[in-house]
Amino acid sequence: MPVSAPDKDLTPSGPVKPQGKLDFIHLDLPLLVGLLLLCGFGLIVLYSASGQDLGQVQRQLARLGFAFGIMVAVAQIHPATLKRWSPWLYLVGIGLLVAVLVFGHIGKGAQRWLNLGFIRFQPSEMVKLAVPMMIAWFLSEKALPPDWKRLIFSLLMIVIPVLLIFKQPDLGTSLLVASAGIFALFLAGISWKIITASLASLAALAPALWFFMKDYQRQRVLTFMNPESDPLGSGYHIIQSKIAIGSGGIYGKGWLNGTQSHLEFLPERHTDFIFAVLAEEFGFIGIVILLMLYLLIIFRGLYIASRGQDTYSRLLGGSLILVFFVYLFVNTGMVSGILPVVGVPLPLISYGGTSLVTLMAGFGILMSIHTHRKLLPT
Amino acid sequence: MLRTQIKDYLVESQLFLGRAVIAGFVVTLCIGLLILQMMKLQITGHDHYVTLSQDNRVKLVPLPPVRGLIYDSNGVILAQNQPTYSLEVTPEQVTDMDSTLTELSRLIDINEEQLTRFTRLKSQKRRFESIPLKINLTPEEVAIIAVNRHRFPGVDIEAKLLRHYPLADQTAHVLGYVGRINEQELQIIDNSNYAGTTHIGKNGVEKSYENNLHGKVGMQRVEVNATGRTIRVLEKHQPVSGDNLHLHLDTALQKIAMDAFGEEIGAAVAINPKSGGVLVLASKPGFNPNLFVEGISTSDYQALQSSPDKPLFNRTIRGQYPPGSTLKPFVALAGLETGFATFDDKTFCPGFYSLPNHSHRYRDWKKTGHGWVDMNDSIVQSCDVYYYQLAHDMGVTNMQEYLSHFGFGSRTGIDLGAELPGLLPSREWKRRRHDKPWYPGETLIMGIGQGYFLSTPLQLAAATAAFANGGVFKAPRIVSHIEHVNMADSTEDIGTIEKEIPKKRIAGKTGTAQVFSVKQDEEYDEEKVSKKNRDHALFVAYAPVEDPQIAVAVIVENGGHGGSVAAPIAKKIMDAYLLSPEQIAEIQAKQENTL
Repeated sequence: MPVSAPDKDLTPSGPVKPQGKLDFIHLDLPLLVGLLLLCGFGLIVLYSASGQDLGQVQRQLARLGFAFGIMVAVAQIHPATLKRWSPWLYLVGIGLLVAVLVFGHIGKGAQRWLNLGFIRFQPSEMVKLAVPMMIAWFLSEKALPPDWKRLIFSLLMIVIPVLLIFKQPDLGTSLLVASAGIFALFLAGISWKIITASLASLAALAPALWFFMKDYQRQRVLTFMNPESDPLGSGYHIIQSKIAIGSGGIYGKGWLNGTQSHLEFLPERHTDFIFAVLAEEFGFIGIVILLMLYLLIIFRGLYIASRGQDTYSRLLGGSLILVFFVYLFVNTGMVSGILPVVGVPLPLISYGGTSLVTLMAGFGILMSIHTHRKLLPT
Repeated sequence: MLRTQIKDYLVESQLFLGRAVIAGFVVTLCIGLLILQMMKLQITGHDHYVTLSQDNRVKLVPLPPVRGLIYDSNGVILAQNQPTYSLEVTPEQVTDMDSTLTELSRLIDINEEQLTRFTRLKSQKRRFESIPLKINLTPEEVAIIAVNRHRFPGVDIEAKLLRHYPLADQTAHVLGYVGRINEQELQIIDNSNYAGTTHIGKNGVEKSYENNLHGKVGMQRVEVNATGRTIRVLEKHQPVSGDNLHLHLDTALQKIAMDAFGEEIGAAVAINPKSGGVLVLASKPGFNPNLFVEGISTSDYQALQSSPDKPLFNRTIRGQYPPGSTLKPFVALAGLETGFATFDDKTFCPGFYSLPNHSHRYRDWKKTGHGWVDMNDSIVQSCDVYYYQLAHDMGVTNMQEYLSHFGFGSRTGIDLGAELPGLLPSREWKRRRHDKPWYPGETLIMGIGQGYFLSTPLQLAAATAAFANGGVFKAPRIVSHIEHVNMADSTEDIGTIEKEIPKKRIAGKTGTAQVFSVKQDEEYDEEKVSKKNRDHALFVAYAPVEDPQIAVAVIVENGGHGGSVAAPIAKKIMDAYLLSPEQIAEIQAKQENTL
């Protein structure tokens, strides 16, 4: 790759005045507006999906408030500080994952929670941030693209927590953590040869993965292949979800008028399947608006990452926003029947607080990256 | 290399930008794919999924109609629908069936048989259907269960209308009963009209008027949720209640008839000769039809089945007896009509009759003979020889042909199912049935209502009614009129019959039907013959002679002579029908005085 001289305007020339209106509290306005719109829309859908339960809406609102608080707090931390913490956060995360496997409380047939006495804590959520931070830190130590040694080490650093989470078992989270690390590698510029080669070997290894799956995970894959084969069992979710979406049509049945969701045909309708409720009540138009909002946030995130001042910020910011996309795509793909059922919530809209805090912390990092720049190229 | 040593921010930044653009492109591609899928579901597949969503949420629920009521001629209710409570269990919702059953039987009395039946039904029905564990709960039991119900998920008290027959065994053979629809009935009923119906008429009026009594099913379209619970009613078509039936039957009279039998077994039928309306249709003993409504217990059923008195046997329409001497008036009438007899022609009765050139003696019941008897004497004294002679003169074909006009040998066509035709023998019948020629001697005994000749009590009563009605045979009718409940006024009036005619004259004829044949030189000794082999006592009558209003046939199985057992029963029925209560009391007082 030809080396171009850093001759233009990239030399630091002292602190530059912030340009964003909210830079004084290190928030990015476009991202904030996008997030607020999305969460607002989410609350409206949740009110309907929960069976007009104001209590649930209030609890979700409280969680959102808390998560936004976390976002604001994280945004104040300088990327350099985050970078310094990265290896330690990673090590603590691995330690906690091991602890979960050993002492974890058993819930829903999977061990995910760690009871710290005063708070129930899901280490895998922390690892969602720690892994891309670690990879970004590790790769940014040396010039990009990484050499073979760094690539192998990076992969190891990804695989260890992924396997630990997969053992819990939590397919959705392990998928998200793996993708976070891999996105960092991808953005670091590993060669296309390696990418195609690993995609090919992944395809070859897929059958081997089958043997590591738990029965319910295998069932999900089978059901995905042919949901009608088991309409009352595991195929039920997908069939009912498709009915909800399809019967919504272009304009939807109207807010609070979704029959599939209100008559309880739709399972998990306020959590993982809330997208189907939205599709049923707001129709194709509502879906397009929602996806455009997501797209807006994702592109803003990619923009922020690409404008990052150092490699660490860019890699971390880029992989965080891409993980956000993976959330979106895995969830909507599952609900609309183009992907198998994997327990991933619709980001910022599904009821529940665990992933919300992690996601908002991620947006806090993005905002921090954008607002802590020492210079702002025009 | 220099490049690997020194970090080149611009290169790295551009490298990243390149990758970010690719990532952005892939993201857009995926979102596009998603939007395509949404279009496929929401635009192309919209109609299909709307249909599925409708099917999901809307269920058609049948509303069973209320079964029509049955009244007697005086408006006394004979069949009604009583609200009852039953204890029902839905297996699907019960976590531990054994402990639930044990706990329940600690609260209320549940016997072994109910448990057995429950287990049987449980294996037949689907898991989400509720199964009755105990029916006809007492108010106390309802209260006990209601208080403890929270402890038993899947256990409910079900209120439903259950058919009830207040007069129980008195009217059992007339009304029949309803019972749960069985497999065979499922094949023939109109499945949509019976969609919500559990019971169907099994016999009697309940069966023959099933179409009227049942009514028309209603429907409601309801919105249900995923668990099948009804959320709201979208559309409702009310069911049309079944028609009410008004019978000719007079239950006061029916009760008198049933009671008059005392411990005896038999049947009594009373018909209004003018209308053919059946006033009394008593088969003794009766049974309690209420036992059958919710499924009779095995022990109860076996008791009924194995009883030597055969309480389930409807003697009035299915009991076929030789009519004995009660046939004589009809044979006499046949003689008059065919010209083989006149009122005044006399026959000498030496106490026996022999066919020309035969030595076999056909005996008269009176060994010493009746001497010269005309038609009147022949009936009053019940002279057998007179009828041997007359039957011989007429021949079997004439006799058969004439008697058939009175309804013998064929079903009367009463509006009750399962009626038997009796047997009016003929030459052709014998050839067909036994492949043997008709013997002249058989003509003789047919003339006194014995031999092959069989008739049901209903046939006898109908024939007597025809006799009283100047020879006009009317098919007996149980139901006088059908009242459409949903119409404002009923179609017919039930006229009350004038009962103030004092001192009725009754025309009647006794009869004795042989159960046990006596050899040529043996004596029939009532004392020696066991009760079971004793003759059947018969009596047919109509009254008043001048203007017949009631025709009665009574048979007392193994009752001995007709005059002593059967006649008093018929008399009680006719008295009650024709006389006022005061007159009956007066007659009873007189009888007691003379005794």
